[in-house]
Formats: sequence, C-alpha cells, structure tokens
Amino acid sequence: MGNLINHVMSLLTPHWWTCVMSRWCSVVCRRLHGRYRELAPHLVPLDYSNNPDIRVPLTLIVTMPELKENPFRDRIVETFSEDGQGNLTFNDFVDMFSALCETSPRELKTIYAFKIYDFNRDNFICKEDLQRTLNKLTKGELTPEEVTLVCDKAIEEADLDGDTKLSFADFENMISKAPDFLR
Amino acid sequence: MEVDSVFFTDRSGRGSSNPLLDQLPSYQSLLYRRKSSIAGTKRRNSSRGRLGSSGSGKWGVSTVSRQEEKQKGQTEQKPIQELAKPMAEKRRHNTQRMAEARELSSWSQLRQRTRRNLRRLREDGQEWLSSMKLWRGDIHLIEGMFGTGILSYFSFLRFLVMLNLIIFLLMFSFVMLPIIIAPHASGNITYNLNDGGACTNYPSSARRGLVIFHEHITDLLSGGGFLERTYLFYGYYKVDKIHFPNITYNLPLAYLLVTVAYLFLSLIWIVKRSATGFKRSLVQDEDRFQSFCNKIFAGWDFCITNENAAKLKRSSLLYELRTDLEEERIKQKIADRTRKEKCRIYLIRIILNLFVIGVLAGCFYSIYIATIFSQEAQVDKIKENFIVDLIYEYLPSIVITLANFITPLLFSVIINYEDYSPAFEIRFTLMRCVFMRLTSIGVLLFTLWSQITTCDDGPCTCGYNELLYSCWETRVGQEMYKLTIFDFIIIVAVTIFVEFPRKLIVKHCDCGLAKWWGQQEFAIPQNVLEIVYGQTICWIGTFYSPMLPAICTMKYFFIFYIKKVSLVNNCRPATRPFRASSSNFFFLAVLLIGLALACLPVSVSVAHLAMFYMIALAGAHKRVIKQLREQLATEGRDKHFLIQKLCQAQMSLPIKSPVSKSQPRSSRSGSGRSPSYHTSFSNNFDEGVFLAHPHPDSSTHV
Repeated sequence: MGNLINHVMSLLTPHWWTCVMSRWCSVVCRRLHGRYRELAPHLVPLDYSNNPDIRVPLTLIVTMPELKENPFRDRIVETFSEDGQGNLTFNDFVDMFSALCETSPRELKTIYAFKIYDFNRDNFICKEDLQRTLNKLTKGELTPEEVTLVCDKAIEEADLDGDTKLSFADFENMISKAPDFLR
Repeated sequence: MEVDSVFFTDRSGRGSSNPLLDQLPSYQSLLYRRKSSIAGTKRRNSSRGRLGSSGSGKWGVSTVSRQEEKQKGQTEQKPIQELAKPMAEKRRHNTQRMAEARELSSWSQLRQRTRRNLRRLREDGQEWLSSMKLWRGDIHLIEGMFGTGILSYFSFLRFLVMLNLIIFLLMFSFVMLPIIIAPHASGNITYNLNDGGACTNYPSSARRGLVIFHEHITDLLSGGGFLERTYLFYGYYKVDKIHFPNITYNLPLAYLLVTVAYLFLSLIWIVKRSATGFKRSLVQDEDRFQSFCNKIFAGWDFCITNENAAKLKRSSLLYELRTDLEEERIKQKIADRTRKEKCRIYLIRIILNLFVIGVLAGCFYSIYIATIFSQEAQVDKIKENFIVDLIYEYLPSIVITLANFITPLLFSVIINYEDYSPAFEIRFTLMRCVFMRLTSIGVLLFTLWSQITTCDDGPCTCGYNELLYSCWETRVGQEMYKLTIFDFIIIVAVTIFVEFPRKLIVKHCDCGLAKWWGQQEFAIPQNVLEIVYGQTICWIGTFYSPMLPAICTMKYFFIFYIKKVSLVNNCRPATRPFRASSSNFFFLAVLLIGLALACLPVSVSVAHLAMFYMIALAGAHKRVIKQLREQLATEGRDKHFLIQKLCQAQMSLPIKSPVSKSQPRSSRSGSGRSPSYHTSFSNNFDEGVFLAHPHPDSSTHV
C-alpha cells in the first residue's frame, strides 16, 4: 500500500488498540487523522474527542495516492463503509488501513478480498462478478470472447461445490494456494 | 435465516461437535455467513442478547448456545485487530472482553495478561528486527516502482551480503584473530617446520629494489607481489600451534573446521530460506493449476502507487493472460500433431541440441587453452608491457565472461526453432545458461588442477609441481581473487558504458536503431545468474583466500547501489513478468547448485591434504617402530655387557669351603637359565668339583 501508509502503519502495534479505545490523543491517531482531514479539510474537524458523525465521500477518498492507481479502489472503499455507498467515517478509514496493512493476517485479507470482489454483494462471486473484476483489471483491453474464456477457466479451477459460482469457502481454498496473494 | 434453519435442523440432533466435520468447507462457509449476517443487521443493542435472539426459535437454545460458545471460543483467542468486523463492533467486543476479564479469577486474569504481553513482546521483537533490516527503505521504493519480481532480486542480493559477512566473521574470529591477539594475550606461537624438504619450501616472491608504481597496481589487481604474503592468501598461514596460558590452539585444525562450518552454514541458511517457496511449488504444479484464478484475484500489486507503474502492471497482466490463453491453444495444437510432424520436430531438436553441445564444448576448450596460456605466461615471468601482462593474467576471466555473454543470446535464438511451449522455452534456456555459467568455473578449476599436478619428468614427488607452484593453494586463491575483481569491474563497466549511453541514445535519438534496440529492461534471470556465479567463486575461494568473503561482501554492497541507480534511471519493467513466488525458489535452487559445485574443489583439496597428512603420519609411525626396535636391541646388548661384568667381578672372589662344592652344582642347575652363566661358571671353577661334561639337566636349559 505504498510507503507513506506503511510508515504510518508500522506504528500500528496491538498496543495501539487499547490506546485508542480509551483516549484519542495518541501519535498514530493524530497522523491518521491528519491524513483523513487533508482529504476534506472543510468537513473534518480538528477535535475528535466528542465523536462527531462525519463522513468523507467516496470521490474524495479515492484521490489518496495509495488508492489512486488501484483498479478496485471504488470497491475497497465501498466494502469498508458503514452505509455501503463508500462514505467513510474516521472509524471506517482506520479500519480500511488496518486491514490492508502489511502486517495484517492472511485470513483477514481473504475475508475482505472476497467482499471486494463480490460486486453484487450476494456472498458469492458469480460469473458476472468475475467479468467485472477482469474488466477492471485490464481496462477492457481483452476481447469479450477472451474474457468469457478466462472467466470460465477461472470458475472451472476454483469451484469445488459445482454451483458455477464461488462461495467464500471456494475462494478461501483457492487463495490459500495462490502464492502471490498478500500484497 | 431460512437457509440457516434448513441446515440446522439436520444437525440439531448431534450432541457433540465433530472436529473433522467442523472443517468441512460448507460448514465453515455457513459460519461465515452467520457472522456476516449478524454483523450486517442494524440491531446492535447488546452483543450477547443479540446472538441469542437471532434465532427464530425453531431449534433448541442449547444447540445455538453451544455454537455460540464455539464461535466465541474461536474469536476469543484472536487479537481484536484480526477480527473481520467494523470498528464500532471491535470496540464493543473489546469492552465486552474487558468486562469478562474482570469477572475471572485473579489467576486466570494473570495468565491472560501474561499471554497477551508475551504475544506483544514477540510481535514487537519481530517488528524491531524487520526494521533493522538493511536497505529497507530502498527496497520498498523499488517494490513500489517495479513490482515484486524485481524486488525479489534485490532481496536476494541483500541475503548474499549478510551471508558473506557471516562467513567472513567466522573465518576472522577463528583463524585470523588468534594470530593477531597472540602477542597481546601472552600466547606463544610455534610455526610449521620446513621438514618436508622441497615440498614445503615457499620462497618469497616480493619485489625488491626500485618498484615502478604500475607494478603495484598489477599486484593489487592480480593478487601477486606485495599481496601474496599477507593474510589474504593461504600461504601466509604458517602457524602450527598457539600456546595460550591455559589452552593450546591448533590453527590448522581450526582452519579446516571453519571451512566445513561455513559450507554447512550456507547450506542450512539457503534451505531454510527456500523452504516456504518449495512447499508451495511442490503443492501446486506451478504451470497450470489455478494460474487463471491466481492472476485474476492475486495478480494486482497493491503496492503500486505510480501511474506509469500501474499502466505497466496492467499491460503485463494482460500479457500474462494472453500468454496463458495462447498456451492453451498450443497445447491443443500439440495434441493434434500428426506422426510425420512429430518426427520432423524431433529431428530438428536433436540437431539443435547437438549444435548446442558443440558450442558448449568449444567454449570449454577455449577456457582450457586460455588458462594454460595464462599460467605459462605468469610462470615465464617475461614482462612485456604493463597492459599486456594484465591481459595475460586476466585471460581466463575474460574468456569466461565473453562466453557467458554470447551463449545466452545464442540459446535464445536457437530455442525459437525447437517449437516448445513458451513457458518451457523460458525454463529450458535458463537451464542451459545456468549449466554454462557453473561448468565454466569447473573447467577453469580442472585446468588449474591439471597444470598443478603435471611435472616435466614423470610423476611428481610431492604430489604436485613444486618447482612452478611452490604454494599451489595460494595460486588457486589468486585465480579466484582475479575472477572476483574482474566480475566486479565488468558489472560496473557494463552499467556505465552500455546502460547509460543506451538510455541517452533511446531518449534523444530518433533513428530506427534506437527504436529497435529499445529501452533497457531489467532482465532478472541473467542478473541472478551473475551474482550466483560470483557467490560460487566466493565459496570456492574462501578456503584458499580467507579474506575473500570480506571482498565479496563489499562487492555486493556496491553492486546493490549500482544496480539500483541503473534500474531507477535506465530501465523499464520487463514486459514478460517474472513472478515473485516462483523466482525466490528459482534463485535459491540455482544457488544450491553453485554451493554443491563449490564443495567439490574444497573437498578435493581437503582430501588431498588429509591424505598427505596420513602418509606423513604412517611414515612417522614406521620410523617410531624402527626406533623402538633399535632401542630394544641396544638394551639387550647393555644387559649382556652388565652380566659379563658381574661374572668377572665374581670370578675375582676366592672360593675354599666344601659347601661351596655343592653350591656350584645347585647354582649350576640354577644357572641353566642363561647359557652364558653356565659356560662362564663351568670354565672358571675348580676342575675337581665339576664333571668334564656339563650336566645333562643344565644342557636342556640351553
């Protein structure tokens, strides 16, 4: 997720969790809050001690350098937002970076990855979800036949229960064998 | 919830949960769906109450609570950070946990706290360790700009720097340090006596008189002259034992043991590093199994922040997918081949393989000739010209480098005609290049060995040609030193004189040549082979030149920065991506082959030395036996002499009494023990007492 966030997230040790539960004045909080604020300085107040209900809209969040080049940025932000529309509160913002952090465990990333790739949110990755994923990845440079072929092959490889779509168990099983997952 | 109840009515009858059945993917997905559906609802009043009331009452509360307990048990052990729940949920979970913790007894509280603290300590320790890693920031930058394939190359380079440093520290602390501190720690050094005659004579080759400065440069570059009798080479270590106040330190033994130790350490470290990669490669046939899924779901590098890099990643992913589809098509084509076509293709392949073997044989022969020429030129000591001398010294290195430059180009052209699938083409070419690189070192060593062990007139007395090579180990060390230096010079020269100009030409020139040549791509396999070659030389050379690991550490240190600058300024990422997971395993496999090759000459040298030692030992043993025999014989003669003297002394005493008459008889029988006693007694005593002939009893004692 880039240098900056890694630098910030390197301070996100488990100690921090108890810290933020009780008080808001830790250094890390301030840094993340700083990043959050610079997205929408007119919306986000400086003082967060009384937990205001502020949401930064999707369009501003995807301008962050770490997310700007990611083809799945919209889906990522939507997955972590409480309202499902991509408007993140500060809680959701912290949540997102915590899950995408270098040190976060594989199981957590698998769960969120499944949610990200599940476009229609039916808890299955069906063929249409796959096609949309592929198109986002390649920005529509593959021909439709090639797309269909690749999606068919992918489902063939990963579908274990034979319902022509990937449930979470299928996805998890496949990801556990994918050597490149984790970045 | 309908679906849940359908599932649960099947299992409500079950009493205790079966651990095997709980692992079923369908059950796990059910649990997940329950968790996510619970989290998705807006009813977030109380956590425990919620879990209990989510059921529709169709099944017994006991089943639900048992599943809840298990779920809680599963989530309880995980730290809160790792739960897949939104922030507010996590906070609530944490307060709930703290409330629960307060309810427990003080002993279990203490246990929980210690467990948590230990886990935090371990995580902190790991984080601190990873932050101390060398070049962390640089590698992050490279990862962001070029992706994880090239990252693995630089991470491999970092690993080699650390390995060489550790090897050097081993050598230094066990071999050089005792020699250095001996005068300061009141140690008494005993040296090897030159008692092997001509075989252990090592005349000094230092230059005397007025030395022109360029000869110093020649010495520095070739390891001769003033560098020869330094800690750098094997021949300097003449120390036999160091006697410290409490212990005696046997240096030759230490030298041998450290050699075995560093080879063993390298093996363990490499195997440990490749363990994870190997596991994955073993589990999946990297070629086809799940490659499509892997590319779609795990193909995107989330570390990329640069727009250009993103574009490139996208195109490389596209390329990969297209290649895979192409592979499928080719597989189909291969399956459809007719018999005639198969025969034709096999014939072509045989011819081309023979050609490749011919090319390899030619290269090896030229290395052989070059080495012989170089050795003879050094031995002749006819100094023509500073530059020409250097060229003669470096001739084997030059030929090896040229061969290793030309053959990969040749191989990549030939493979096009052999009609393999694309993935196999890449692998096969790589294998040929690896073979070429490592065998060229082998040929060099073999040539050196043959030169060292051939004497002009028949078999060598000392086992090697002591006239030309007074210390052959130093000579081998010098060759390895030269190879290392030349390797480094070539890498620097290629970067400065080829890569930078190429970038300038492509950027500013618009001609057809520039367009065809294109911008530099960072070719990972070739670069990896380069550093594996360097590392193999280091392993071989460390036995003959103990300071070579230090030189290699510095060499790789500088290479890191040179390659990084070249990469950032001159290169664009490879259009054919080299996947990170498979590359790690590939690098370490090739390194292991290099290590195996390195063990060979070192073990031959050690075996030769051991044989030499044992022959010497056997000779000494024979000498000792001979000495003992001589000593026994001398002692026997001493005894004989003493007894004669004793008899003479007795003879001089007068004998008068009759008692004495019987005495000689008894003494005669007693004296039968030794014939000399008997004869002297019988000769020297009174005629009347003795019989004319000796007593038959006593005669049997003779």
